[in-house]
Amino acid sequence: MAILTALAHRLVKQKLIWPLLAIAALFLFNLIVIPEFYRMEWKDGHLYGNLIDILKNGSPLIIIAIGMTLVIAKEGIDISVGSVLAISGALAVMLLDSYPLWAVIGAGLTVGLLCGLWNGMLVALLGIQPMVATLILLTIGRGIAQLITGGQVLTTSDEAFQFIGKGHLLGLPFPIFIALGVFLLTYLFKTRTAFGLFLEAAGGNKTASAYAGIRPKVIFMTAYAITGVCAGIAGIIISSNVASADANNAGLWIELDAILAVVIGGTSMRGGRFYLGGTIAGTLFIQALTTSIYSLGVEPSSILLVKAIVVIIVCLIQSDVFRQSFILSKKKVAQR
Amino acid sequence: MNRKKPLFVMALSLIMTAALLAGCGNSGNGGNGGNGSNTGGNASNAPQETSEPSSAPSEEPADKKLVVGFAQIGAESGWRDAETDSIKETFGNDPAFELKFSDAQQKQENQIKAIRTFIAQKVDAIGLAPVVESGWETVLKEAKDAGIPVFLLDRGITKGNEDLYVSFIGSDFILEGQNAAKWMIDEFGQDAEVNIVQLEGTVGASAANDRKKGFEDAIANLPGYKIVYSQTGDFTRAKGKEVMEAYLKKDKNIQVVYAHNDDMALGAIQAIEEAGLKPGTDIKIIGVDGIKAAFEAIAAGKMNVTVECNPLLGPQLKQAILDYKAGKTLDKWIKSEEDVYFGQKAIDALPNRKY
Repeated sequence: MAILTALAHRLVKQKLIWPLLAIAALFLFNLIVIPEFYRMEWKDGHLYGNLIDILKNGSPLIIIAIGMTLVIAKEGIDISVGSVLAISGALAVMLLDSYPLWAVIGAGLTVGLLCGLWNGMLVALLGIQPMVATLILLTIGRGIAQLITGGQVLTTSDEAFQFIGKGHLLGLPFPIFIALGVFLLTYLFKTRTAFGLFLEAAGGNKTASAYAGIRPKVIFMTAYAITGVCAGIAGIIISSNVASADANNAGLWIELDAILAVVIGGTSMRGGRFYLGGTIAGTLFIQALTTSIYSLGVEPSSILLVKAIVVIIVCLIQSDVFRQSFILSKKKVAQR
Repeated sequence: MNRKKPLFVMALSLIMTAALLAGCGNSGNGGNGGNGSNTGGNASNAPQETSEPSSAPSEEPADKKLVVGFAQIGAESGWRDAETDSIKETFGNDPAFELKFSDAQQKQENQIKAIRTFIAQKVDAIGLAPVVESGWETVLKEAKDAGIPVFLLDRGITKGNEDLYVSFIGSDFILEGQNAAKWMIDEFGQDAEVNIVQLEGTVGASAANDRKKGFEDAIANLPGYKIVYSQTGDFTRAKGKEVMEAYLKKDKNIQVVYAHNDDMALGAIQAIEEAGLKPGTDIKIIGVDGIKAAFEAIAAGKMNVTVECNPLLGPQLKQAILDYKAGKTLDKWIKSEEDVYFGQKAIDALPNRKY
């Protein structure tokens, strides 16, 4: 018994446990209310079902949220990712008419990198507040994307390009592999290079880390650049999935979902320690919630309300103070 | 204590940003809609054209020419660009007219400035596509006092101000919904059992509300026609696809998808294809707007019908001005000429589609 309690206490301290619990609760609810939610089929050589859709449609958000985790870890924020995504998608679809696929993908990623470096320059070199600095690109980014598309929704019929968002590998949608690749690369970058340690240190205490010989400016620039590239990748996936680029609507509000995913995942907005696994879990929770809402057939006018209530519950459960005020009333629990 | 402050500031600025963005979104799809595919939300005001409202074409001695001032909203979508082109073409190619065109870049203050300039230039008629519904009383009163007739295009102004303009020229979204239902009933017959999925536009947009109302009213008395699922797809392809994907996992017994705009219909088509069904054959697809991509989908046999929402209002505006000058009484609401395109008719029309 004592071992079990100790185990429970250790689990509670794991940041990852909360988003995972939230997903489990949501899936349990679905199991009771909409059992057909879990139906899986093997169709045309690939898996087909809601769970696959959650992974597929969540992939762009996962990639964006990974980048967002890095900038939030340094007590920054990047609210321009949705606009950068729109630029990258628009550019890719526009160039597709006259350039080979590799050049198109390269252009999409490069424009993401440039946007990231621009944000990084404003924040790290010029010392502008991250929220304000990235607000600039949030606003003008959509304008740039509209310039590229000429105000139209650009369509493409290029099969190879559509494979990125719609194709299948080993029976699974291809975007899942891209998201997995981005996650693994970032994870290795965090654990196997000094960057991860430096980022946590610089995010935790900029002055102290500067005295310790870390150059926070370089670290911050790198974090924003990675976020920009992530947004570029997501832009290509999204435009490829619907075979079109919509400057006005592609990735609209995705920055808010990404920030939410990071926070649900246990990374503090105040910087310092960051949890990539938690971010993934948080993203999957948000996407699972969206798919469940569609599957459940919630009235269009109350979708946002339902989402808000669920998110509030999840955030409350995550709050140490809130939990302890509950537990304390029953039994005294050792402080963290 | 010190640690708490940044979080608070951040939270506050987050909320403010969200509020700011939400505000932009509303202004986009408020008013009398006009354009289905424009869901608003373009946070940037897209300063694509730099022309100032006051920099209208140089003044010429307009001896017999009818001078028309047109205050356009901006260039936020392909639909609006098509409307602008239609007006410029109609009046530009007619030697009896001279057009003074102003692009307000989504700002009401620019439109008001433009109208004041038109009044000062003593134009013969003013065309206005109001960016929002309210706040036009003063400036339109000035135009009325100057004896200049005002025509509203594609969006209306607040009710109760009908004496301030001559006519409103624009689409009837309810009629568009009815036309969509009419095609479906003709296709399946009165007594058929038809399960329908409806992809609604942005919640609260008048184009979405009215297209829903017109369609649902038209099938209200037909017990075989059931809307089994109705969900918003925000007028976008990506959302239309996602919503359709989720519903197809639950139930594939659908005969019709009715989407409030063509973009959502095109998204739904992809979801249906990925589910291993044939859009256009297994499930009939109905869209609204009449964008070029929809005509291409009809030609490819993947879509069945698109109900036009016509942006080419130039000729009707010209006719209205001529009628007014000739002393005829005009309808308060001149409904834009709109058609329903399907089958061969759509394929024939494809080469001539402008937007």
